[in-house]
Amino acid sequence: MLNQMTIPQKLSIKHGSGKKVMMHGVLMIYTFIALFPIFVIIINAFKTRKAIFKDPLALPTPDTFSMVGFEQVLLRSEFELFFANSMVVTLLSLFFVLLLGAMVAFALTEYKFRGNLFIAILFAMGIMIPIRLGTVSILNLMSNLNLVNTLTALVLVYIAQGLPLAVYILSEFIRQIPKELKEAARCDNVSEYKIFFTIVLPLIRPALATVAVFTMIPIWNDLWFPLILAPGEGNQTITLGVQQFIGQYVTDWNSVLAALTLAIVPVLVLYLIFSRQLIRGLTSGAVK
Amino acid sequence: MTTSNHKAPFPWHILFFLAPGLLIYVSISVYPLLDTLWLGFFEEDESGQRFFSGLKNYQTLLFDAVWSEPFWNALWNNTKFFIVHMLVQNPIGLMLAVLLSSPRLQWSNSYRTLIFMPTMLSVVIIGFVWQLLLSPIWGISENFLYDIGLGEYFDAWLGNEGTALTTLSLISVWQFVGIPMMLIYASLLNIPDELIDASVVDGSSAWQTFWNIKLPLILPTIGMVSILTFVANFNAFELIYAVKGALAGPNFSTDIMGTLFYRTFFGFQLQSGSITMGAAVATLMFLIILIGVAIYLFLVQRRMQRFQL
Repeated sequence: MLNQMTIPQKLSIKHGSGKKVMMHGVLMIYTFIALFPIFVIIINAFKTRKAIFKDPLALPTPDTFSMVGFEQVLLRSEFELFFANSMVVTLLSLFFVLLLGAMVAFALTEYKFRGNLFIAILFAMGIMIPIRLGTVSILNLMSNLNLVNTLTALVLVYIAQGLPLAVYILSEFIRQIPKELKEAARCDNVSEYKIFFTIVLPLIRPALATVAVFTMIPIWNDLWFPLILAPGEGNQTITLGVQQFIGQYVTDWNSVLAALTLAIVPVLVLYLIFSRQLIRGLTSGAVK
Repeated sequence: MTTSNHKAPFPWHILFFLAPGLLIYVSISVYPLLDTLWLGFFEEDESGQRFFSGLKNYQTLLFDAVWSEPFWNALWNNTKFFIVHMLVQNPIGLMLAVLLSSPRLQWSNSYRTLIFMPTMLSVVIIGFVWQLLLSPIWGISENFLYDIGLGEYFDAWLGNEGTALTTLSLISVWQFVGIPMMLIYASLLNIPDELIDASVVDGSSAWQTFWNIKLPLILPTIGMVSILTFVANFNAFELIYAVKGALAGPNFSTDIMGTLFYRTFFGFQLQSGSITMGAAVATLMFLIILIGVAIYLFLVQRRMQRFQL
């Protein structure tokens, strides 16, 4: 800690502040590049059609302000429904990925039994091999189960998709729980189920949060499986709904911009709330 | 005790913990993948009757002109897509990570949070955003280029056969640069301070310290970023589909393995879909990804271990 404090100080004196300014310059330019496209879309969603074309970079003023795009989107598509579908699918999948993932991770790390290593490798392979490659048979399977065009099909696929990484990360954390805690409970005749639900599960809460973020984003953003398994009749997720809506009203700039804004803003708000958690998860080495 | 369950009653609790997750994973991920690999060896006649045909699908895909031309085109395009990511996304990610990890940098957290933002959004949404921004009708990019004196270089990049794929690759790079940035940043933070201090005390310049100390130590992370990029790229679909549709125009110049798989499986316009042919394409994608992962595991990682502490 002491080194960290003194040496860099020397560095910054040696190199002067020019280097710092340059570093900030580069980072600011890149931050601008990352944010500007999104910013342009959002400000134009609140402008009249004329203003969108006349001066795309201007902020909406009282003269140019218009919500007509949003009105059109809400009128012409079942946006609220798509949003609700995405919520249901994401939350249900997330719940099962966390619960079942923690249970599998506990079984694999806590007990010795035949096939343990094989099952662990089976799950590990799923981290690298995308579930999409099995789409042909997944669609077959879902139509045999009469689940095509249902949200259930999506939830099942997303649970299978999320489990490998969840098992991997949660195993790492469960392994770190001191043996004494569990052994003490066992001496008191506490059942294995109770050990898992009342001792292990609360202790891995931070890991669960990390897994939650990693699981949630791909599910919310996915287009492939909604496109193939639940493409219509009110079962679209928000990503698919927006894609279909824009395809249909591609020339209506107000509507397109509004639809994009409606898809972007909730994610950005959630991201800003949970970014600390997410970045800590990414940088803590949980996914190495 | 659990460890002495040899003569104990059947360990129901293990089954309880393991079965639900394993059942869903095996039946919806493992089995469909194996079934797809198996289906690739079959053919279907008009009545939907399936019969075993060995490697015929693969022969058709790789050598029959009608099929092989789109296949090799998609594979080559996908390779270019990957190369652009490796040459642009990962170096920029590395540079940003190095800048962010410099000690006592103000607003470091804010930069990180903001630069990572596009990564959170759906690829589909990003595709549409850039389609609008690059549209000659709206002219926003054109005006911007004129403002900085480069106006004459503007073109309908997404519409031209020669530039569409590179443009789409760069859009994807723009969106995902946050991932290499974060992972490399994390591994830079893990380098022990003593090593850096020793190098500074020895009189190394910042560049020498980076080249001789930091870079070798983060090579395993760069290897991991590369394989993640590889798998994601050869599995990509959404961006092309959102911006260019399943036909991956103009004239299939943006067709990659994901869009080829989609068209083969579902059919598009005049071409009817085929389950078995789709399975064959998926199998080839599986093999490509497997080869990539194998190269990573056996070659890259083994060589990099020398550098690890």
